[in-house]
Amino acid sequence: MTTTVAELEAITADKIVDARGTACPGPLLEAKKGMTTVPLGSTIEIWSTDTATKNDISAWSAKVGHDFLGTLQADGYDRVFVIRRK
Amino acid sequence: MSDTLNLVMFSGTADKLHAAATLAAGAAAMDRPVNVLLQYWALDAFRTERLAESHGLAWDAMTEGTARPVNGTKSIPWLETFRMAKELGQVSILACSGSLDVLGIDVTTLDPIVDASGGIATFLMNAEDGQIVFI
Repeated sequence: MTTTVAELEAITADKIVDARGTACPGPLLEAKKGMTTVPLGSTIEIWSTDTATKNDISAWSAKVGHDFLGTLQADGYDRVFVIRRK
Repeated sequence: MSDTLNLVMFSGTADKLHAAATLAAGAAAMDRPVNVLLQYWALDAFRTERLAESHGLAWDAMTEGTARPVNGTKSIPWLETFRMAKELGQVSILACSGSLDVLGIDVTTLDPIVDASGGIATFLMNAEDGQIVFI
């Protein structure tokens, strides 16, 4: 499943996890924690200043079984989109 | 092969504690069970009265020209990282009973994040056929 930039930009996430300013593994742990607070099928958006986060969240989603949608570049940070499936 | 991360922690310097905590928390977030054995100086670092003190850095950091990270970075402190790992996943932290004896430490003086004391056979039984990482 490939999500285009326009589709990502159109998403209103059910929850935003602001993990900006923390180094690895902070954003991953915050994402995992945030995921447990929303129902299945919800979209969460993780904000991170750590450039490795987008690939980490992609790998984590594949392992755990969530849908990784993609990443948008914001001003000085990444916006990473995932749908909770597990 | 077992999905469990089996981690033997020996070193008690802040950098290695931090590296180990990162590995443990990452595995826990990835839904892998984490099985930690604390020995010697890593065990000593978990003493409640020792937690707030500086834990220093590994010898590697003493080489001239080496950058000295750890303090003042954006990293989450190592104990906090372990706490998050336990919150997020299945993490067992065992204090090596042999090390407790050698160092003269009572298990009740360790941070409550440590689940129990146990012997090497207990740890190895829990590790089953999985790989063991030593730091």
